[in-house]
Amino acid sequence: MIQASGLRKQYGTTVALDGVDLHVREGEIYGVLGQSGAGKSTLLRCVNLLERPTAGTVTVAGQDLTALGSGELNRARQRIGMIHQHFALLSSRTVAGNVAFPLEVMGVPRAERERRVAELLELVGLDGRGKDRPHQLSGGQKQRVGIARALAGNPAVLLSDEATSALDPATTQSILALLKRLNAELGLTILLITHEMNVVKSVCDSVAIMSRGRIEESGVIADLIRTPGSRLTREIFPLPEPAPAGSVTLTFTGDPRQPVVSEVVRKFDVDLSILGGSIEELAGGSVGRLRVALDGADSAAALAYLRDSGLIVEVAGEAA
Amino acid sequence: MTWEEMLPLLWPATLETAQMVGWSTLFTALLGLPLGVALVAFDRGGLRPAPAFKSALGFVVNVGRSLPFIVLMIAIIPFTRLVVGTTIGTAAFVVPLTVGAVPFFARLVETALREVGADVVQAAQAMGASRTTIVRKVLLPEALPGLVAGLTVTVVALIGYSAMAGTLGGGGLGDLAVRYGYQRFETLLMIVTVVLLLVIVQLLQSLGDWVARRLSHK
Repeated sequence: MIQASGLRKQYGTTVALDGVDLHVREGEIYGVLGQSGAGKSTLLRCVNLLERPTAGTVTVAGQDLTALGSGELNRARQRIGMIHQHFALLSSRTVAGNVAFPLEVMGVPRAERERRVAELLELVGLDGRGKDRPHQLSGGQKQRVGIARALAGNPAVLLSDEATSALDPATTQSILALLKRLNAELGLTILLITHEMNVVKSVCDSVAIMSRGRIEESGVIADLIRTPGSRLTREIFPLPEPAPAGSVTLTFTGDPRQPVVSEVVRKFDVDLSILGGSIEELAGGSVGRLRVALDGADSAAALAYLRDSGLIVEVAGEAA
Repeated sequence: MTWEEMLPLLWPATLETAQMVGWSTLFTALLGLPLGVALVAFDRGGLRPAPAFKSALGFVVNVGRSLPFIVLMIAIIPFTRLVVGTTIGTAAFVVPLTVGAVPFFARLVETALREVGADVVQAAQAMGASRTTIVRKVLLPEALPGLVAGLTVTVVALIGYSAMAGTLGGGGLGDLAVRYGYQRFETLLMIVTVVLLLVIVQLLQSLGDWVARRLSHK
């Protein structure tokens, strides 16, 4: 749905994007994770050409945006929704007026606009608030207006620029739940950028980790979790790095109540001590990561058994 | 001087001032608003960046701003004659008043428009809004309270300028103060004129503040 290749963006001598490829599939929620200054905001703004990349191409819904003239680009942008960290609502307009704005831009007639605005406000849970002014709303409500506005043109794609970063944790969760619901109900493809791992964990199907203008790792989260040595896994489950020599790190992706660990101790002549670990809900299931030290004559056999049980086994000091 | 003697002098003078200020305010708004928009739109990082053109525009505006009004009035007499056909009387002075106030108001428009958040403009761009739509539906409505405040300041400045115009044959309250207060030592009339100007300015300023407040939804 979104395909960016070879994106470079330079401001003078500063390189903000240094050869970025991005592939977002239809219907998924794709998160770009990175610290401030990593280039993720520039990347997002290159997708709808708010920033024109120095080199590279951007294709959205099969259309090469970098090849379009300004009139055509404006029409293409009407099919790409965007929400913003500080909401970017017009204070001179009511809530309904804000949602109607993109419809006016598209030349939708008034009666049709009013019907659509009511529909959109209901979709985001703000029915009846149309006559309010943005300053009368809470942050979460303002973002809901932003989302309703972004969806006005029935976009295929929604770009989210740190949309929850200005919100408190509970409101963040409710906005993320709304995005997830819109993704499921409307089949909306969402590309979001964030510096919060929590956002990626709660809603994303795929992720790209960015640092210094490059994507360091990207892919479907469920796959990355199963990839030994992945940076995502290390960041989600913070265990002391580097792992002590000889320690074993186990990643469970199935049912967390599977009694594999106690089985191993019963079946083999090994002692097992737990060094650290946690369980997280992500990518639609539970994933656990446990670091243990194994001692005993049957260690090798025990590890083989763990591998056969579907766990990802990484032994420190051994190539993955 | 008695009230009966003063009133026939004060009333026409007030009307003349109102006429000069009213017409020049109208023309200033019509010319200054697009000029202010141009100063913002053509700036680096504006809607249609053309920094060289913006600098040239800014230079012209600054020339207009740096001339003392009394000098400007005399300097553009040929232009005034070209436009209105005469250089005396209330109508003639609408020209220098407008020429003097346009750069002033344009700078105030520029400042008001710069107050509009860049994120709001970018949001509109992301929605596929054209540049004219952004000016008409985002920049101007969002800056409206600031524009009204700027226009109020301009009207008050124009009242001041109009008094100077009065001394060169434009009529109005300034002319009255000079002829009767200064040249004939009619102290009472002078005081009445001063109070009248004060009241007019205070009323206009309060009205402008009130409108700007009503329009603001921050």
